[in-house]
Amino acid sequence: MSQPIALSRTHKVPGRFVVNGEVHEIVFASHKTLLEVLREDLGLRGTKHGCELGECGACAVLVESVPVLSCLALAQAHQDQEITTIEGMAEGPALHPLQASFVEVGAAQCGYCTPGVLLTAQALLEEDSAPTREDIKEALAGNLCRCTGYIKIYEAIELAAARMRGEHAAPSKESLYGSQ
Amino acid sequence: MGPNSDSGGRYRVVGTPRAKVDAAAKCTGDTIFADDVVLPRMLSCRMLRSPHPHARIVKIDTSRAEALDGVHAVITGTDLPIPFGILPVSQDEHALAPDHVRFIGDGVAAVAAADEDVATNAIDLIQVEYEILQAIGSVAQAAETPDPAIHDYADDGNIHKLIHLEFGDVDRGLERADLIQDDLLFYDGNTHLPIEQHAAVARYDRNGRLTLWSSTQTPHYVHRALAKVLELPPSRIRVIATPNGGGFGGKSDPFPHEIVVSKLAILTGRPVKICLTREEVFYCHRGRHPVLMRVRTGVTQDGAITAMDFESYLDGGAYGSYGVASTYYTGALQTVTYQVPVYRFRGARAFTNKPPCGPKRGHGTPQPRFAVEVTLDKIAERLELDPAELRLRHLQPPNSVTANYLKIGTIGLGESIEKVVAGSDWKARFRKLPYGTGLGLACSSYITGAGLPIYWNAMPHSGVQLKCDRGGGVTVFCGSTDIGQGSDSVLAYIVAEVLGLDPLEIAVVTADTDLTPVDLGSYSSRVTLMTGQAAVQAAERVKQLIARAAAAKLEVPTERLTFVQGRVFDVEQPERSMSFAEAVVLAESAEGTIGAVGSYMPPRSTGRYRGSGVGPSPAYSYSACVAEVEVDPDTGMVQVPKIWIAHDVGQSINPALVVGQIEGGVYMGLGEALMEEMAYRENRNLVHKWPSMLEYKSPTTHEMCDVTTYIIEDPDPNGPFGAKEAGQGPLLPVIPAVANAIYDAVGVRIDEVPMSAPKVLKAIQAKAKGKEPRYGPSATPVVRWPPPTSVPTPAEGGDGRATKPEKMPAGGG
Repeated sequence: MSQPIALSRTHKVPGRFVVNGEVHEIVFASHKTLLEVLREDLGLRGTKHGCELGECGACAVLVESVPVLSCLALAQAHQDQEITTIEGMAEGPALHPLQASFVEVGAAQCGYCTPGVLLTAQALLEEDSAPTREDIKEALAGNLCRCTGYIKIYEAIELAAARMRGEHAAPSKESLYGSQ
Repeated sequence: MGPNSDSGGRYRVVGTPRAKVDAAAKCTGDTIFADDVVLPRMLSCRMLRSPHPHARIVKIDTSRAEALDGVHAVITGTDLPIPFGILPVSQDEHALAPDHVRFIGDGVAAVAAADEDVATNAIDLIQVEYEILQAIGSVAQAAETPDPAIHDYADDGNIHKLIHLEFGDVDRGLERADLIQDDLLFYDGNTHLPIEQHAAVARYDRNGRLTLWSSTQTPHYVHRALAKVLELPPSRIRVIATPNGGGFGGKSDPFPHEIVVSKLAILTGRPVKICLTREEVFYCHRGRHPVLMRVRTGVTQDGAITAMDFESYLDGGAYGSYGVASTYYTGALQTVTYQVPVYRFRGARAFTNKPPCGPKRGHGTPQPRFAVEVTLDKIAERLELDPAELRLRHLQPPNSVTANYLKIGTIGLGESIEKVVAGSDWKARFRKLPYGTGLGLACSSYITGAGLPIYWNAMPHSGVQLKCDRGGGVTVFCGSTDIGQGSDSVLAYIVAEVLGLDPLEIAVVTADTDLTPVDLGSYSSRVTLMTGQAAVQAAERVKQLIARAAAAKLEVPTERLTFVQGRVFDVEQPERSMSFAEAVVLAESAEGTIGAVGSYMPPRSTGRYRGSGVGPSPAYSYSACVAEVEVDPDTGMVQVPKIWIAHDVGQSINPALVVGQIEGGVYMGLGEALMEEMAYRENRNLVHKWPSMLEYKSPTTHEMCDVTTYIIEDPDPNGPFGAKEAGQGPLLPVIPAVANAIYDAVGVRIDEVPMSAPKVLKAIQAKAKGKEPRYGPSATPVVRWPPPTSVPTPAEGGDGRATKPEKMPAGGG
């Protein structure tokens, strides 16, 4: 950031955001977080919030392929950067392999933490096509999920990673039926 | 897709893992949660909350807030004077306090403004003058301090509720014992922490109809509360429960903010939204009651229980909420796992000046289950028995009635114990692992729905309506609310099973009081069983209508038809068939519009005593768990690398979802066991220590253990296709299993939850100094128990009635 950022609670400023490959030129309140601009100004309400204090990870989006907590990010600071939200994860009508594997194994229960988890997982797989279980835990340590106990999330990420590597992979029997 | 082997070929949909019907929406950002509802001209609401734990409101001046640019309305308690509450016996809440605030966070005033910033500025301009009252922070203090009274309707001063039940002669049962184990245990409160903050949007249209979208687990009860407080006919109110971003019981009460935005929408003629801050979510609470327990158990040499005497002391917080039911639940399910021939329960719930407690996953039963399973572990050690063997010897038999008149159907507990014992290599490892590593075992049971409704009525607990489309589609309408457990999917699976369709051909419309028949809500693990049975009934009725028309056309007897793979077949001549859609057209041509309703009413319970309404259920699920722990003796830190859990679900409707519920239950139990705690600064105004997700510790990926899950299927005749619950039961055994494993690891008893490092370290240090190797409570508060309601047990020839007139008021819930 070369220029100092001017904040005002009363005056709106023009801004240019590149979200999911689309350019949005808007006038917005300069103090808004990226979360607020995405949800309120751009109508991309797939991005969730659980604390608005950077504690839960529900609001994670990708900025230049890196997971960022949008509730702590000043929107102004991310103009002209490539932002990916959950709405932009899949191209066309098909699901992203991560989304497909989450659906298949039941890694989304209430689904509220899911957008942040999926995007964080996407960033992980872009960096490492074959992460270990420990790598996945480390990557997701900032995403709280109260429903799943994380296990199906790990399994879904591992399944998607295998398929993205071109392997023929299926959910484990334990994941679908429990152990025998 | 032919009949699959998963259910032995009996079912085509039931028993097969498949995606949830709403899973893709949840993975693409398409699901509309309450805060995602945006309406034209919508205003933002913020609530002003009390900064004092206990005070009288002397004066409120809203004039400066009203004068602020962008403010459309300001309301206070005088605008909403009618009380409400989830239970008929505790209508003790106000949407905004009229004159008395009872905890830090109690609502005092509310603003509707052009946006959230203006609303926030406006509430800062409201001036409230308080007269501070003494704050009450514990059960013991409540028992000693009847004045100032937090409420005017308690059983005794600030003791909200007192229960005393006796089933058989407990004193004689204890005399008969070879050994009496007497334990005091404490289970601190914790909260649901759904990732979604509560949110609600209200709209009042020009026809005088109010619509509320809300993240609620119980739209029917919100509907009733709105009608009562707003004095509107229920027919003018529509409540739509949006998919809940996590509930766990925390969105089961009608909440002040839901009423407040409704009132503001009526006053302003514009839609009004509120989304609570995370701090406010902590104040809404309704979570796990802190419960102090004393359990005295008499046993014979072989571990058979001769009598159990159980006391529980609940810190209820500032309002009734579900608390009367919670109190009964702390005494209800002790009898359903192992044979308890005679049983006494005394329960006391105090009002205190803290956020109200209510139902959290397992509602009132994880605390006593912790007590019972830890006490049994101690008994097994004293009797030199294997804890698994002790439990297996004395299981409650199936198809039996307990001492407190709970009618048990199937019990898959023995098989559950055997599974986790084998999986964990228990026999080779228990009491044999090196110092610092240990194994612990515990079991549990939970209801599959409550036998009685919250408010007394003779109507069904769940209703389903089906509509058949000429194109072969079927829409199922039901008041149930999907909170992530998959209840929408279960409706689709069950209707698809009965009508021989693919679940994706079933449209599901739920949780909308204008469109859907009443279902009481997503609580008490009732939804799969009750909506499932209602859906089976509706689908069977539709099937009859369609079969009649199809049989006429195919010229075969109706009873020879079967519905499979989207077609209707003659089982004897399969070439005689037609598509489901063709059959619907024939039926509609013959009979008119094709649809049906189904409903479910639980079987009548066997208890006839006051208080017998809490505990009966159409079916009980069972769980067994082994936890492996590693305890660092230098710090007291407990890590749980692995848990084995087996859960008797009767019959899986979708085993992948059952696995997910079990793993989620283990996770939440682990958090309660090790770290989760609603803590208040006792001597500093009872302010919440950490109303944030950072400081309120919950397990991240780093703390969550590996889990091996076994699904046990012992179909129960009362469940749809034999299904019992999975959403709550699997949490229960985790906490005592961890406690018992800590003892195996380092030889100290942690009789207090959460079993955080400082407590474990203190016990280890006490042991090193030759003191009692234990951390836990040492005394119970003194309360004035009422005379007992004495009920002879079934074994004594009792008929479920009490022996003498009862002096206590009705229990409710």
